Amino acid sequence: MREWSSGYSRQQWSAPGEVSGRATRRGETGESRRQEETDPAMQASQMDEEIDTRKINNSFLRDHNYATEADIISTVEFNPTGELLATGDKGGRVVVFQREQESKNQPHRRGEYNVYSTFQSHEPEFDYLKSLEIEEKINKIRWLPQQNAAYFLLSTNDKTVKLWKISERDKRPEGYNLKDEDGRIRDPSTITALRVPVLQPMDLMVEATPRRVFSNAHTYHINSISVNSDYETYMSTDDLRINLWNLEITNRSFNIVDIKPANMEELTEVITAAEFHPHQCNTFVYSSSKGTMRLCDMRASALCDNHSKFFEEPEDPSNRSFFSEIISSISDVKFSHSGRYLMTRDYLTVKVWDLNMESKPLETYQVHDYLRSKLCSLYENDCIFDKFECVWNGSDSVIMTGSYNNFFRMFDRNTKRDVTLEASRENSKPRAVLKPRKVCVGGKRRKDEISVDSLDFSKKILHTAWHPSENIIAVAATNNLYIFQDKVN
Amino acid sequence: SVEKEAPGGGADGDDSLYPIAVLIDELRNEDVQLRLNSIKKLSTIALALGVERTRTELLPFLTDTIYDEDEVLLALAEQLGNFTMLVGGPEYVHCLLPPLESLATVEETVVRDKAVESLRKISQEHSPVDLEVHFEPLVKRLASGDWFTSRTSACGLFSVCYPRVSSTVKAEIRQHFRTLCSDDTPMVRRAAASKLGEFAKVLELDYVKSDIISLFTALASDEQDSVRLLAVEACVSIATLLPQEDLETLVMPTLRQAAEDKSWRVRYMVADKFSELQKAVGPEITKNDLVPAFQNLLKDCEAEVRAAAANKVKEFCENLPEDSRETIIMTHILPCVKELVSDTNQHVKSALASVIMGLSTILGKDNTVEHLLPLFLAQLKDECPEVRLNIISNLDCVNEVIGIRQLSQSLLPAIVELAEDAKWRVRLAIIEYMPLLAGQLGVEFFDEKLNTLCMAWLIDHVYAIREAATCNLMKLVEKFGAEWAQNTIVPKVLGMANDPNYLHRMTTLFCINSLSEACGQEITTKQMLPVVLKMSNDQVANVRFNVAKSLQKIGPVLDSSALQTEVKPVLEKLATDTDMDVKYFAQENSCLLDLGYPEETTQDHIANSFHNIFIDVQEQLVMYRELTEPVCI
Repeated sequence: MREWSSGYSRQQWSAPGEVSGRATRRGETGESRRQEETDPAMQASQMDEEIDTRKINNSFLRDHNYATEADIISTVEFNPTGELLATGDKGGRVVVFQREQESKNQPHRRGEYNVYSTFQSHEPEFDYLKSLEIEEKINKIRWLPQQNAAYFLLSTNDKTVKLWKISERDKRPEGYNLKDEDGRIRDPSTITALRVPVLQPMDLMVEATPRRVFSNAHTYHINSISVNSDYETYMSTDDLRINLWNLEITNRSFNIVDIKPANMEELTEVITAAEFHPHQCNTFVYSSSKGTMRLCDMRASALCDNHSKFFEEPEDPSNRSFFSEIISSISDVKFSHSGRYLMTRDYLTVKVWDLNMESKPLETYQVHDYLRSKLCSLYENDCIFDKFECVWNGSDSVIMTGSYNNFFRMFDRNTKRDVTLEASRENSKPRAVLKPRKVCVGGKRRKDEISVDSLDFSKKILHTAWHPSENIIAVAATNNLYIFQDKVN
Repeated sequence: SVEKEAPGGGADGDDSLYPIAVLIDELRNEDVQLRLNSIKKLSTIALALGVERTRTELLPFLTDTIYDEDEVLLALAEQLGNFTMLVGGPEYVHCLLPPLESLATVEETVVRDKAVESLRKISQEHSPVDLEVHFEPLVKRLASGDWFTSRTSACGLFSVCYPRVSSTVKAEIRQHFRTLCSDDTPMVRRAAASKLGEFAKVLELDYVKSDIISLFTALASDEQDSVRLLAVEACVSIATLLPQEDLETLVMPTLRQAAEDKSWRVRYMVADKFSELQKAVGPEITKNDLVPAFQNLLKDCEAEVRAAAANKVKEFCENLPEDSRETIIMTHILPCVKELVSDTNQHVKSALASVIMGLSTILGKDNTVEHLLPLFLAQLKDECPEVRLNIISNLDCVNEVIGIRQLSQSLLPAIVELAEDAKWRVRLAIIEYMPLLAGQLGVEFFDEKLNTLCMAWLIDHVYAIREAATCNLMKLVEKFGAEWAQNTIVPKVLGMANDPNYLHRMTTLFCINSLSEACGQEITTKQMLPVVLKMSNDQVANVRFNVAKSLQKIGPVLDSSALQTEVKPVLEKLATDTDMDVKYFAQENSCLLDLGYPEETTQDHIANSFHNIFIDVQEQLVMYRELTEPVCI
């Protein structure tokens, strides 16, 4: 098993505009927790995790510049209760973090996430028929609603979706007939009585087991997976097609959307993301590279090539340029928790749409409008094709999305305030409250402002996640995962 | 060799304990297969341990082994259903509940279902008292479990305990079922909906009317279509329970709503269950309600629904009340069927083609000729081969009513076209119908029109087709007799022995292999044998050793003088062939035909088997090329 070397730190993040602070590194939390734990029964079960923690600390101390490509985090996702947080990386690994139980004497520890399970979800493969390498990179992780004491998640690379079970085991059978306690074989003639094994408590063990592999259904690269609210099906989406699967059946899937033209030379748009409605099991949406979205109703017909709603904003002719089409491509689409709104992210903006208004978005937020003048160089270094994701907070009142230079943005939909924050180790002392950042656009640069020209475009925040009910966020900055929470009073 | 009453640990150094000890230890072996074997012999272990230790030691251990692989858990769940005697009989059967309860909460549906099945089985072995003391509390625990897996399992258990408990407990069970029908998770509502009919069956009629109908109505208008469609199934069982006069008010509003549901999946379910529904609601409601509903389903905008409905056309018509059957079909159903013949979706057409011929027996000769025949003919010309094949495969229905002559003129072009289809699977399918067609059309028509086709398949470039064609010839000979064979096909088959292509020459041999028995000794000896023997001089080794093989096949048909005077010398000659494999088969066959060992027996089995493999590979290559062919085109 390779070492998990993504750095991990935690800070407090307070409402936009404030500064204060402490941050804990992964290691320190381990130390102090050991003091907390006094229950001897618990002690034993913590041992495994302690060892785990140290291993992480060792690698964590390395400068992130040494991180290999495989360590770059490619997806972040909270489970439906927020108790667990999963990350996937380019090396095909999935790391699951578990939230620490609340403790009265250290209230600031609420929201502390520690490694719960690490496993290799996908391996690199080779498609011999097409002479193509299939990367192990985890494109998306989606949790299933909890159905028993174990947890289940779907992870996908470009071609194959896998269903993983993460379960705990705290008992072990003991006692053999043909072996003694030390494993020595007994003389069969000495066996005078049968022994039935007895289960004894043991250190808690977390196991990840692959339960299903859904493969061979995608010709193009899978960009999204989404679990349906009927708890029975999910869909996987590639550049041109959307397939519907039953979670229990791996050898059959149904194609529900296919936009592949008969002649590939007539191809003008691709599907960039797709998601099921959070409550209506028959509704899903998919976005396209042309900046539009289609809402489909699976009740209407078995094939959803005909949409029921089409969301498109008329183009502003004054902003028309060579890059218009590229920057209007939607990189992520998300239903709000209420199911009433849709959020889309394109290169420069985040938009909120009302499901009942197809003609234009309800709200448009500029993520980094100062890049509009730099599109040419962003095109040359390929950054213009970066796929930023976006997330809602638990109550759909705030939205968050990433930018460059390890910056990420939050927009409060009610107060219309917005903030730019930075996720980086250099700038954050333990438990510090994040300082809002400002990018200076032309003219004189004030103190604390950063010039557009000095932004580091290699440090991009593409993947973020928001706890389903609390103000805890997870931000993936290349190979580092940062978890922030709002300030505790 | 375990003694049945061995009270586990009684005997000193007992040899008989050893195999049991191994089985018990292998319950925890790292190899799944060994664990599975052990679990499958669980009854042997229990027998050796005795009832007491099985209850106090084995079952507690099994209760906690739910970490295992699905297949092991599945086997365990199944075993426990037959464990009553091994724990001490019905008096102690409740000891089996804890392990089955934990199995009923695992995430894997097959395991859960098996655990529920076993629980249902052992519930019958509980005394009424035990049922209330042990079984019913378990059902309640599952029904109010935190996770939906346990609640879904509970749904399947209500109906088995309900008839055997007191009225207070009955009331509780009804309440639990009601709660699960409005569960938060669709999984549980689906489980409840699928068990609704079964539960209704064990309820008193008054409660069916008061409780079940309201639950049924609620589930049938659930926000999730995956729940609503299951209510359609329940509709069948509920309708059979209710007296006719109540159906209109209690069931029909829901059924009408389902048949017009916004979601195609619900309408599909109605179409799929249409025959059952028709039987459940009786002739009057069928006439007034189901006929228009069926018409709508046949005209549905979703192809899946139309296909499901088309599949039911024959059954629906058959089950119509006799007095008005013909009128209903002619005025209501047939117009819809006519439209479906030219449907845009090939699955719909193909579903219709698989049943439409059945209508002729219902409608009788005149109607068939006037109304159905044009439809059959249209479908025989359909662009989709599956449609044509479905019509051809059901020809016997029409033959009974109007005789096949009416169709034969259109049949022929359809058959010829299928016989020459570019896809070998289509060709294969039509070959398989040939014996049937030959029987229906008669020998004259066959000789005149189809014989050439059958012979052409023998030189198809796909091995699977040549093989099927060979087999087809045999069936034809069985049908038309040896004399016919001698006059029509044997000369053609033997003629191929001089073909320049060695694959065709081999086909001659393959045909002879399968025809010799059907043709009888005379034809085999006089006509076939000379050809086979002559081919022993073929320049291709593959042909020569197939000669050896053929001689073995036809040997039993020949008389002993022919074997001694004609076959033996040829086999002896082949046994000294320069080719190793020819030698091998010749020698092997000499033995099999009991012609005595030739002098030289230098057998190199390993080398010989290579030739076999080589042939297999060759054939597969041909197959492979054919499989990929459509793509290339």
